[in-house]
Parts: sequence; C-alpha cells; structure tokens
Amino acid sequence: MYNSIVLVKQVPDTANISGKVMKDDGTVNRSKLPAIFNYEDKVSLELALQIKERYGGKVIAITMGPPRASDILRECLYMGADEVYLISDRKFAGADTLATSYVLSEAIKQIGNYHFIFAGRQAIDGDTAQVGPQTAEKLNVPQITYTEEIIDLKDNKIQIKRKIDGGYEIVESKLPVLLTVLKDVVTPRPFSTKRVMAYKGAKSLIDLEKLTEENSLLYIDKLVHEYKERGLYINTLTTDDMKIEAERCGIKGSPTKVYKVESVVLASNGHKNIEATKNGLGELIDQLLNDHILG
Amino acid sequence: MNFKNEVWVFIEQRGGKPADVSFELLCKGNKLAEIMGGVLKAIVIGSNTDEITKQTFTYGADETIVFDHPSLKNFRTLPYAKILQNLVKEQTPRIVLFGATIIGRDLAPRVASHTKSGLTADCTDLQISDVKYLNQNHSKLLLQIRPAFGGNIIATIITPDVPTQMATVREGVMELFPLEKPKEGKITKLEYKPDPVDDLVQIIKQHREENKVNLKAAPVIVAGGYGLGTKDNFRLVEELAHTIGAEVAGSRAAVDAGFVTPDRQVGQTGVTVRPKLYIAIGISGAIQHRAGMKDSNKIIAINTDPEAPIFDIAHYGIVGDATQVIPQFIEVYKHKLK
Repeated sequence: MYNSIVLVKQVPDTANISGKVMKDDGTVNRSKLPAIFNYEDKVSLELALQIKERYGGKVIAITMGPPRASDILRECLYMGADEVYLISDRKFAGADTLATSYVLSEAIKQIGNYHFIFAGRQAIDGDTAQVGPQTAEKLNVPQITYTEEIIDLKDNKIQIKRKIDGGYEIVESKLPVLLTVLKDVVTPRPFSTKRVMAYKGAKSLIDLEKLTEENSLLYIDKLVHEYKERGLYINTLTTDDMKIEAERCGIKGSPTKVYKVESVVLASNGHKNIEATKNGLGELIDQLLNDHILG
Repeated sequence: MNFKNEVWVFIEQRGGKPADVSFELLCKGNKLAEIMGGVLKAIVIGSNTDEITKQTFTYGADETIVFDHPSLKNFRTLPYAKILQNLVKEQTPRIVLFGATIIGRDLAPRVASHTKSGLTADCTDLQISDVKYLNQNHSKLLLQIRPAFGGNIIATIITPDVPTQMATVREGVMELFPLEKPKEGKITKLEYKPDPVDDLVQIIKQHREENKVNLKAAPVIVAGGYGLGTKDNFRLVEELAHTIGAEVAGSRAAVDAGFVTPDRQVGQTGVTVRPKLYIAIGISGAIQHRAGMKDSNKIIAINTDPEAPIFDIAHYGIVGDATQVIPQFIEVYKHKLK
C-alpha cells in the first residue's frame, strides 16, 4: 500500500494570451485569463492514481491558491482523488517559490503519512520548476525530477527512468520521495461522470463561509459538519490550522521581488523589404554573396 | 547591510565533461565580479576533476574550490546539494550562478531552499545595478532578467534583503570568450565525507547520446516554424538548407508538431544561436524564439503575415508564402552560382 500526496496548481492559461488581457502598463491582467489545471500536475495525479489502483493506498491532492483554486480540487475528485486540501490565506499571497514551498511543506507535515509526493515538473505561469525540489528539501526527503517512467516499485523502493541532459538515467530511491513528472509520462484520465455527479457540489470552508454571509439562517460550523458528513467538504487549511511562521510566507517570506515588468514590444530596427520575385530574391542573394555571408 | 561581493559559478560536468554553460557563466561572472569589485570563484564537484579545474582559469576564475571524490563522479542531488549548501552557509557568497540545465534546475532550488536564498530561474540577462526599491537604496544588486508569463512579459527580479542571490541561466545565452592568458587562480581542495544519507538515491544506469547536431557552431541556419503547416512543406526548409549549406532548425511549435527533431529547436527552451545568417521561415517570432536567435548577424524573415513580430528583428523581410518563396530562392541561388 502506498499513499501519495499530489501538488496541483491552478494557473492562468498563458498559452492563449491575447492583447485583450494586457493592461496599459504592459502587464498581464491575470483575472481576465481563463484559469486552468496545470497540465503536468494533472499528469502527476494520474500517475498517483495508477499506483493506488495497482498497490492500494490513498491519493490526496493539495493546492495553495486563492479560494477559486478549489475548482481544480473538484477536478481532482472527478478523476479519483480520495481527499483534497485547499491551502488558502490572504497571508500567503505574493509568495515566491521559497515561501510557497514553505507553506506546502508545513501542510504536508500536517497531512502526514505519505510514501510519495508528486508534482508536475513546472507550472506554465512561472516555468521555474523550483517548488517541487524546494518542498522536498524542507521535508528532508529525496527528489527525483524529470520523471519519464516508473520502472519498478517494491519493498519501499522505487526505480525511475528520468531525463538527463543528452539522454536518460535509471535511479533507485528509498521512500518517501518527491517526484516531478514530465508531461508525456501518462495521459490523464477523463472525469468519471459518476464522480462528477457525486462531487460537483464539493465546497471549501471559504465557499461555505460565503454561503453563510449570503444567508443569515446558515451557521458555518453546522454547514461544515453537514458537508463533511456528505463527503463534500474540501479540507481547508489557513495560517490558523498550521504551524506557520508569518514571516516565512507570502511576500514577507519571499526573497525574490519583481522589480520591473515590461511588455514585449520590440523596437523595430527597420528591415529591408524584399519583393518575393526573382528580381527581388536575386538582389538579396547578390548582397549575401558579396558580404560573404553565403557562398 | 554589508554583504560580501563574491560571485560563484557551479561547474557542471556530465560523465567528466564540463558543460559549456558553466564556462559561459564564468565569463559573465567575471564581468559581474569586476563591476562589484569582487572575486569570481568556480565550484567544481566530481571525480578526477584536474582538467576541468584547470579550464576554469581560462574563463576567468580567481579561485576554484574543488570537491573530488569517486562517489561524486555522477551528479546526484543529495550529496551535491549538501556540499553546496554547507559551502554557501560557511562563506556567504553574494551571487551563485547555475546553468538552467536539468542538473542546475534540480540542484539550485534545493540549495536555495536550504540557505533561504532567492533564486530566479532561466535568466536571459544578468546585470549589476544600484536599485531603489520600496524607498530603500540597495547598492550593486543583481538584476535577474527573464521572460515570464509564457514569454509575454519580461520581468526583472531582484533579491534585495538576503545575503545570497541565486540564478539559473540557459545554455548559450551568455557569450563564451576564453581569456588569452588564463588567470593564475588559486585551487582550494576541500574534503567530501560520504554519508549514508547521501545514498538514498542511487544511479542504476545512465545512457547519453553525443549530440550529433551542433547548431551553435553553424554559420548559416535555416529555421522553419508552425506556419509551414505540414511536414511536407517543412521539407522545403531542409532543401533550402541543403542548397545553401546550412543547418536546419525549428521553432518550438515546429518541434511540437513533429516537423523537426527536438535537438534542432532554437529558442528559450532550445538552443541559443548566433550564426552569420539566420533565415526564419513561417516563424511568427514569439519572444521565446527570438531569445534564441536575435543576436544573429543577419536575419531574413519569410512570412505571410506582414505584421509578424519576427520582422521587427529581421534585416531583410519577405512577405510571401514559403511554398512559393523557397523554391524561387533555391532556383535563383543555383542560377547565381553557375
């Protein structure tokens, strides 16, 4: 039996940025971008689910993010996660990878009892690939990054094929271990219709608090109890629920700061237009031959 | 706060061969150290490292710290991270640079986490500058410049309040220039004591293929993009390259579409090139691609869209359909050479 904790992230869909989401100062208006499940994280969830199906155990998905990140936790439930955790607090906002990995590692310590921590290689909004290794370091567990394939798993040891520069290597690690996963390792399963029906109403503490604000007849403790009973509660951890040092999270705990952002506007250095005709191309080729660039 | 002004570069080796990017970073580090009035140190970890150690002085190291032990022959996260983080804690360098390779991106975050240093991934430029941030003056900070948000913006990251600023940098981004006369640097050999904890992860087997394609050394490159539409059309790119004696390359989109192999990808996540001539065909010119070729001596862009950003950095622009322009180009070129 092997238990897995999967780190997932909701990210702005940076692949489809258009002019509409750029602010006048050239920065990106995050709120206007569709928020999606970071694909490599979904792949790592699939891998965890496959281990569970083969060897037994539990799969727990956790995310740190704003309240709306519970969207992707519901998707984790649709795919087959046993439990999900939303780690959310205003004090976590503005975190760089160091502060993020600190909070994640504290949450993981709290959840405990894991053999694997899975994460995507990197998230498409930052592309840093740092949170996985930094979380592993804080938990004092080994890491295997750039996982391509699980070769073997037995006796609390795992063999992994991982990418290296110019090839691959096969490594063996004792458990627990943190794995970061490349996008082609496995294909995430589609949502199970049955599970979508079962979990579409799953709500985090923050979702439920909103409900009580809108309706004075509802009491939060009662609601949480009710949702827990029905298996629809998204576990929610805030600073109050963890042993967190305030100065190590959010902006305060982030040594890197964004000093400046510029939109990518290129100053054109003025190119010479070449007609797409025999004459035009002929002149260009003559020029290149004369300059000894060609020939 | 008073910080030291040492610049360190982690020298990466694979099977005993040094990575180009480490020497590129020494060259950059040498400049940064000069501006800061500090020294440049190379950190070599491996087995039988004498040759690599010697080379570090050719690229500007003032001092090279060496950990040489048979069990350090191949990179493994745990022992390498332990060595580096202890060294960083002991000596508190101001800057530590790593290649943004698989090794660097595995190692640097672990070391940064342990030492609570700031770390910026995949920088495309590094500068030293005095900075005023939140009404505080910081002298000689490292500006860590990188594309962000899928390459739609360029961000400058600073690490104002902690002693050590760390960054990873992609291979080929910084220029490689060996010194005419190597520095007479100091070699400091330090001991590594194996520890069972370092062996939680063992390497069973390694397989590496020599890179057959060497785009960085090619004087002329013809690159195709997704705009070519089909693999068949991409053959035209290959034909043109063959005709004029160039190497074939592609944008990331062309690689993802299967038009061309990943070892020929130019751009932020591929190779950075500086050829005499770069012909970009059906490549719109996203920042990630431009990052890998903008310093080419001459750039020709061929694209159906006259507004494509690639024209902004091109020296010659041809608006037209590649399936017509390329055969014409080949025909005219062959005729001229006769």
